[in-house]
Amino acid sequence: MIATLFRFKGGVKPETHKDCSTRQPIARAPLPSRLIVPLHQSAGGTPRPLVEPGQAVLKGERIGAADGNFSAAVHAPTSGVVKALAPHVMPHPSGLSALCVVIEPDGADRWIEREPVNYRSLAPDELRDELRDAGVVGLGGAVFPTHLKLKPSQGGRTETLILNGAECEPWITCDDMLMRERAEVIVRGGAVMRHILQSERVLIGIEDNKPQAIEAMRTTVARLGETMEVVAVPTRYPAGGAKQLIKVLTGIEVPYGKRSQDYGVQCFNVATAYSVWHALERGEPLISRIVTLTGNVERPRNFEVLIGTPLEELLPLVGPLPDTDRYIMGGPMMGFPLPSASVPIVKATNCIIAASPALFPPPPPEMPCIRCGACATVCPHELQPMELYWFARGKNFGKAQEYSIFDCIECGCCAYVCPSHIPLVDYFRFAKSEIWSREKEKAAADAARSRFEFRNERQEREKREKAERLAQKTAGARAADAKRALIAAAIERARAQKEQVQPRNTDNLTPEQQAEIAEAEARRARIRAMAQTPPEKPL
Amino acid sequence: MLAALFVMTGIALVLGVALGYASRVFKVEGDPLVDKIDAILPQTQCGQCGYPGCKPYAQAIAKGEADINRCPPGGEEGIRKLADLLGKEFKPLDAEAGVEKPKSVAVIDENTCIGCTLCIQACPVDAIVGSSKQMHTVVAELCTGCELCVAPCPVDCIHMEPVTETIENWKWKYPVAEIKERHAA
Amino acid sequence: MITSPHVYLPVSVRAVMAKVLVALVPGIAAYVWFFGGGILVTLALATLAALAAEALMLKLRGKPLAMFLTDGSAAVTAWLVALAFPPLSPWWLIVAATLFAIVVAKHLYGGLGQNPFNPAMAAFAVMIVAFPGLMSQWPAAAQPLPFAEQLRIMFAGARHLDAMVMATPLDALRTAFASGEGRATVATALAAYPGGGLMAGKGWEWIALGYAVGGLWLLQQRIFTWHVPTAFLGTLALISGAFHVAAPERFATPLFHLFGGAAMLGAFFIATDPVSGAITPRGKLIFAAGAALITYFIRVFGAYPDGVAFGILLMNMCVPLIDMKTQPPVFGRKDGNP
Ligand code: SF4
Ligand code: SF4
Ligand code: SF4
Repeated sequence: MIATLFRFKGGVKPETHKDCSTRQPIARAPLPSRLIVPLHQSAGGTPRPLVEPGQAVLKGERIGAADGNFSAAVHAPTSGVVKALAPHVMPHPSGLSALCVVIEPDGADRWIEREPVNYRSLAPDELRDELRDAGVVGLGGAVFPTHLKLKPSQGGRTETLILNGAECEPWITCDDMLMRERAEVIVRGGAVMRHILQSERVLIGIEDNKPQAIEAMRTTVARLGETMEVVAVPTRYPAGGAKQLIKVLTGIEVPYGKRSQDYGVQCFNVATAYSVWHALERGEPLISRIVTLTGNVERPRNFEVLIGTPLEELLPLVGPLPDTDRYIMGGPMMGFPLPSASVPIVKATNCIIAASPALFPPPPPEMPCIRCGACATVCPHELQPMELYWFARGKNFGKAQEYSIFDCIECGCCAYVCPSHIPLVDYFRFAKSEIWSREKEKAAADAARSRFEFRNERQEREKREKAERLAQKTAGARAADAKRALIAAAIERARAQKEQVQPRNTDNLTPEQQAEIAEAEARRARIRAMAQTPPEKPL
Repeated sequence: MLAALFVMTGIALVLGVALGYASRVFKVEGDPLVDKIDAILPQTQCGQCGYPGCKPYAQAIAKGEADINRCPPGGEEGIRKLADLLGKEFKPLDAEAGVEKPKSVAVIDENTCIGCTLCIQACPVDAIVGSSKQMHTVVAELCTGCELCVAPCPVDCIHMEPVTETIENWKWKYPVAEIKERHAA
Repeated sequence: MITSPHVYLPVSVRAVMAKVLVALVPGIAAYVWFFGGGILVTLALATLAALAAEALMLKLRGKPLAMFLTDGSAAVTAWLVALAFPPLSPWWLIVAATLFAIVVAKHLYGGLGQNPFNPAMAAFAVMIVAFPGLMSQWPAAAQPLPFAEQLRIMFAGARHLDAMVMATPLDALRTAFASGEGRATVATALAAYPGGGLMAGKGWEWIALGYAVGGLWLLQQRIFTWHVPTAFLGTLALISGAFHVAAPERFATPLFHLFGGAAMLGAFFIATDPVSGAITPRGKLIFAAGAALITYFIRVFGAYPDGVAFGILLMNMCVPLIDMKTQPPVFGRKDGNP
């Protein structure tokens, strides 16, 4: 047992509503009539499709290959035929569509050849590639590719491994039920992760409102003879936030923009540990997950659901009540309303809450901030939400960044307590995405500017070079002229020389002299003419 | 009442002096004006402003030769920023220069392209790749949407496609303020 | 789209303001006990004036009337004006002060949540500068006039008050010293003062106690944090204690200062006003300590009967700076953590 727990500042205690969905064991959801598997289900790059419409696929067959290392593969959740490769509306607050592989199950649920690996015999790098290709991502909701987090910082080791079973959001119970029912696989998965990270300590943090899960995990750890500590942490939202749990268990605060492994600690969701074990020991990629279906329904319960199952095919299992007006994916503190009931279950879907105006009344109208400071008191990242609000609202993004808006984890505590009912988190999301896009735009503009300048320079240079070539050519021409002139001059000289042979004193001659000259001239001319005409016949 | 007035005026004076002093002491040594203007211009390099690129336009503005409302890609927001920077009045976009359009990128129909390289020569930011007699492609990330390559194409195989919203570039909207406030943003 | 969080604590501005009003009740009860029911009329008057002014300003500014009129903030301002002003102030003084508080100090600065100065204190300061005479007439405590007489004084402007008007204990001290008779001591000055009570003037100390009780309840209700009242009262006690120890015959005891004048009202109800006060924990401490210091010096060396209003207003001016300079470190970025 670790002696002391640490405390993170702030936090709230909303009503948990967890009992209703834990009365029944996890059930397997029936095979749906079609599966809509989005290609992009992890943080990072969009996998490229490996299948074509009409192609038959087997259960567990890779249908999307990881796009580079910062990405994770996706697989066919059952055997069947690829019907289409088409955009489908996503479970995303934007309500936009993304490319999905639509599979019509053949009902046989036939597995592809599974290739379990012995994790002890493989190098960590190979294990990471295995996990990437098995599509294992963080199942707590952030869907960060797990293989990337299983990398100790500088080649060394990550001293502390934390398995996160806190599950602090109200209503959600998928991790709770998984720990109660499948503790062994979680613990074994944790052992695999520990092996990869070479961790000394393994801590399993569970909020103390889940005594059964704690009990199950403790007995399993003891039975398997693992040296892991199951720690009950005080129930206070957001104790299940990775940074908060790390703080509570180790006292380490990992700031925004830093990786926790640089602080010698790494945190995974318990369900992720579960999938890691399945991926390696069974060779089964991540094709299903536990989803809590709860809220305004008749029979709230947890289901093991194939990734890609349309929500509308799951709803009859729990029987939404007639006044249900929307579905929230995730918990009530951080979840978002789904754009449609046709969206597929994805790797990030931990919980679907049926909402009704009675169960989740819309917030009262927003009033001005009275600077009561309640938000700052509950902010687990010790921010000053009212200042951030002020800057975000005034679109003073520089100031918002100065006041660390990117440290905000959007946990919603501030908006939860605000007496003026200001949708604080919305303002922060708006400001963040605006800052991102501006930075992107600015980078693009800068790139365009430098490319334009580069091009201008190049054109300038080309022009210059052309001009030079031209100049050279003319210079060459002039040189030729000079040569020609030289030749001409030489000819001229020669002529002059020839002329010099003529007697100069031709003036004032006596007629006899002139006659003599004329005769000599004629003679010379004769000789010249003779010299010019080739002698055809001897004279 | 008189005393109050005096006190208030006194405070105002003191604050005014302090502010004036502060603005002098803490004055940010900035880039020269042209760079500041150029930083606001969108770098589309389309020439719609009547200058061969954003920088020349920036220089013209700095010299006071050009008005601030001639850049269609920068749009109203750009004009507003320029007005702010230069302490001028905002004025709507000069219709002569063009109209504000959603950002687009050029797409070359690769089946029709004859590889004449005319578009490559027209592109101000070298966003088109390909060599003579081979088909050309626009690198979408680099394309500024200036449309300068469209006209030169002898076979009309270049068209502009508006940039669509995807999950990756989607932005959270400004929260709808429930209270009517004439907020000077 | 309705976005997260989808659940809320059942809190509202209205509930906060209502609690503040409730917390004022013990003080008001003591007030009525010692000074008679006139204050209730003053309270009602101020409330009506405040609501009317609020409605008018909301209408002019194009804001939803129902939502803001019922938020209770105007009533809180009105009550603070009524309680801070001398008892039996003429009706027009109260109405004018309330109007000033709501129209100028609140709405011209942007309405709820935007005013840099505490509206009630701004009104108090303006009135004390404009009508110094009226603002320092206090009726004798513990011998409440008949109710009808009180109403006459308030409404008919019957200013033949000589029989009953006296200074507050604070005032009595100040004038005794100011009158230049070097022989005055705290003891003689207070002995000469007919309303002297146990600690700080008969009646006043009990009213102050009432405010303190209400304030502690608000603290327990987490309407504000401990920082402001503790720093305000602590600083006031420290500084007055220091002076008192140095020259007991010249400076009154800390108890006298804590329970005299508007110290308790200020510490629990005015300096804790979130809108115009500092907001960071350290900022609150600085803000309240500064206000207490200024209060003490104005009380002892200044020309006004009390210094709470000026202390708080002056510190209100420093709030943006204080807040900026006292931003607490963010999670993971403490002491040297990059
Ligand atoms: S809780 Fe709401 S009203 Fe209070 S300071 Fe924060 S934003 Fe303002
Ligand atoms: S949403 Fe952000 S600002 Fe609000 S409490 Fe959570 S971390 Fe703090
Ligand atoms: S009109 Fe085109 S070239 Fe001119 S400043 Fe705007 S983007 Fe640049």
